[in-house]
Amino acid sequence: MTGAGEGRDPASIGRFDVPQGPTAPGTDPARRNGHRPAARVAPTPAPADEVDTAATDEPVDGPVPGEPAGGRAPATGGETGGTEPAVADRPGDHWDRKVANGLAFLRRRLSGDYEVDEFGFDPELTDAVFHPLLRLLYRDWFRTEVSGVEHVPVDGPALVVGNHSGTVALDALILSAALHDKHPAHRYLRLLGADLVFRMPVVSEIARKTGGTVACNPDAERLLGGGDLVGVFPEGFKGIGKLYADRYKLQRFGRGGFVSAALRTGTPIVPVAIVGGEEIYPMLADIKPLARLLKLPYFPVTPTFPWLGPLGMVPLPSKWLIQFCPPIPTAHLTDSADDPLVVFNLADQVRETIQQTLHTLLERRPDPFGP
Amino acid sequence: MTPGSTSGAPGVVVVTGVGRYLGAHVAARLAADPRIERVIGVDAPDPGAEFTDVLDRVERIRVDAGSLGGLLADLDVDAVVHLALVSSADPQHGGRSAMKDQNVIGTMQLLAACQRAPRLRKLVVRSSTAAYGVSFRDPAVFTEETEPREVPRGGFGRDILDVEGYVRGFRRRRSDVTATVLRFAPFIGSTADTTLTRYFAQPLVPTVFGRDPRLQFLHIDDALEVLHRSIVEDHPGTYNVAGPGVLSLSQAIRRAGRVAVPVLEPGLSGAAALARSMGFGRYGLDQVDLFVHGRVVDTTRLEREYGFTPRSTAAAFDDFIRAHHGGVVVTRDHLAAAEQLVLDGIRQVRSAIRERS
Repeated sequence: MTGAGEGRDPASIGRFDVPQGPTAPGTDPARRNGHRPAARVAPTPAPADEVDTAATDEPVDGPVPGEPAGGRAPATGGETGGTEPAVADRPGDHWDRKVANGLAFLRRRLSGDYEVDEFGFDPELTDAVFHPLLRLLYRDWFRTEVSGVEHVPVDGPALVVGNHSGTVALDALILSAALHDKHPAHRYLRLLGADLVFRMPVVSEIARKTGGTVACNPDAERLLGGGDLVGVFPEGFKGIGKLYADRYKLQRFGRGGFVSAALRTGTPIVPVAIVGGEEIYPMLADIKPLARLLKLPYFPVTPTFPWLGPLGMVPLPSKWLIQFCPPIPTAHLTDSADDPLVVFNLADQVRETIQQTLHTLLERRPDPFGP
Repeated sequence: MTPGSTSGAPGVVVVTGVGRYLGAHVAARLAADPRIERVIGVDAPDPGAEFTDVLDRVERIRVDAGSLGGLLADLDVDAVVHLALVSSADPQHGGRSAMKDQNVIGTMQLLAACQRAPRLRKLVVRSSTAAYGVSFRDPAVFTEETEPREVPRGGFGRDILDVEGYVRGFRRRRSDVTATVLRFAPFIGSTADTTLTRYFAQPLVPTVFGRDPRLQFLHIDDALEVLHRSIVEDHPGTYNVAGPGVLSLSQAIRRAGRVAVPVLEPGLSGAAALARSMGFGRYGLDQVDLFVHGRVVDTTRLEREYGFTPRSTAAAFDDFIRAHHGGVVVTRDHLAAAEQLVLDGIRQVRSAIRERS
């Protein structure tokens, strides 16, 4: 957790101080491998015989049990062998281990030797497939800086409440992947999604396998009761479906169902502000008749979608800042879970905290597409 | 151990549906229990004779449900176990209308008879987790209090809702009777023969494209144990009965060494309807819905009140796999061998390249 975003607080750093920016290896083309501050790579006393590409690749998938080692393995094997014949002699060398891990992973998947929990969460698949993909997106494409992770408890339940944005609910996925990577305990964020997500084939299963479930009180309370970290975006479609002109203006927080779930389980609420999501698909207009026809909550028109077709689905590379705020304890309010006044006040408090934090974050980020 | 468990076993027990696996085995188990004086198996007039060897200690009466009323009163029945439910329409025996006759009308008549049986003090009814219906807004895990959000499309699901409705009415009218409703997850095991076991026994298994439902199974022996305890102990109320833990459908298919064939959902519903109308296969909308939504229930109440935990879903499924290894397409050994082969191949290629350079 020595990432650049760590330890910096808004006061001590100037507006244009962007420590994480790709310093030496050039800004753009270096994204594939030069994603890590040099400090992280250097101390690994890489066996001197390792090839350079291998050394930079290593820290990335270190904790990952394996990746689909399909056609990639033979090519890499040849590469290593070609440059350093002496290394690969031992069966336990770096590439051999990777290939073996990848194959073992494939075998485990194909024989069904893994566990899913009652919500359908598959930690192995999430670690091996979904988080590495999201890591590319949040670290290299969006240059996300995360602060305040210490406000997320190391164990026990917490309800993480964030602002929703970006036409497609990418911010939820980015938040869960970034939190898992930056948090000292590498906790999984169990997201609560709208039922529309669970109506769609494929999407519904990805949501379940990555730890999501339907946003309803029984599920939220069950997860919190089991000591899980639950992520919720109370704005829902009002948040992601708002126009670019309304960016970073928090929408209504629904009926505050998330607050009553927290109250009933005595779980602390951790507000989180996410800046950057609004610019990835700036929604200029909403074609309502088309949305009604397709039974969608809105039909977005962005500078690139639908004009460029599938290419318009590529998110714009905005700069992201994520800040977790100090937790709001609710243990003393467990009896008031059904008191609408307490619920609304608490929801308001959460909403205000997020809105204020959004403003300070926006001041720290004058250029939405800056480094 | 549990509240009311010492109140003693009933003297005379009537078990319905003894012409089928579950009923026959429950009746046999109860007959073997010395605490119970007399077990009477009731069945429709002309069942097959498959379970006669199991039922040698059970008195069998063949009677249609309509004439049960006098029977229950005459026999001084203390307890009734109602298991005569059909989970899928059988085209050879009248299809869906016969199924509905037996499930809904049969239950109605049985409960009417029970209501007039003076000595009756215990009623155990088989239900199913299908009672929770299916909806995309359903919570991931159903507790006994969860109300169904939408009426299921499948015939069995609708029948189950009706059956539970009648039991609720019965409870109101005969509050002196201990009524237990057991919502069973799909049965599986080495000896069970159900729609679902036949499904998993095929080498190619059709699934719904883009859906990987979470499933729970119950080992048939654990179902017998729970039914037995429901009779000899007192457990009023409704209970989910399922193996703890979850298997996703794809995972179950892989563990069984079968190959999944994803089919688009409208296609599958159509195919199910077609297969039914052509008279083969017993897959209906019940199965399609299960394979789209999945179904997981909370069994805390069962574990607390019965002091019994069924074997886990994964263990029950393993038992099934061991008994049905005939149609296996891909075994674990195949996969391990393939893994070793690829790994060795890569090592050889690498060393060859190394030597050349």
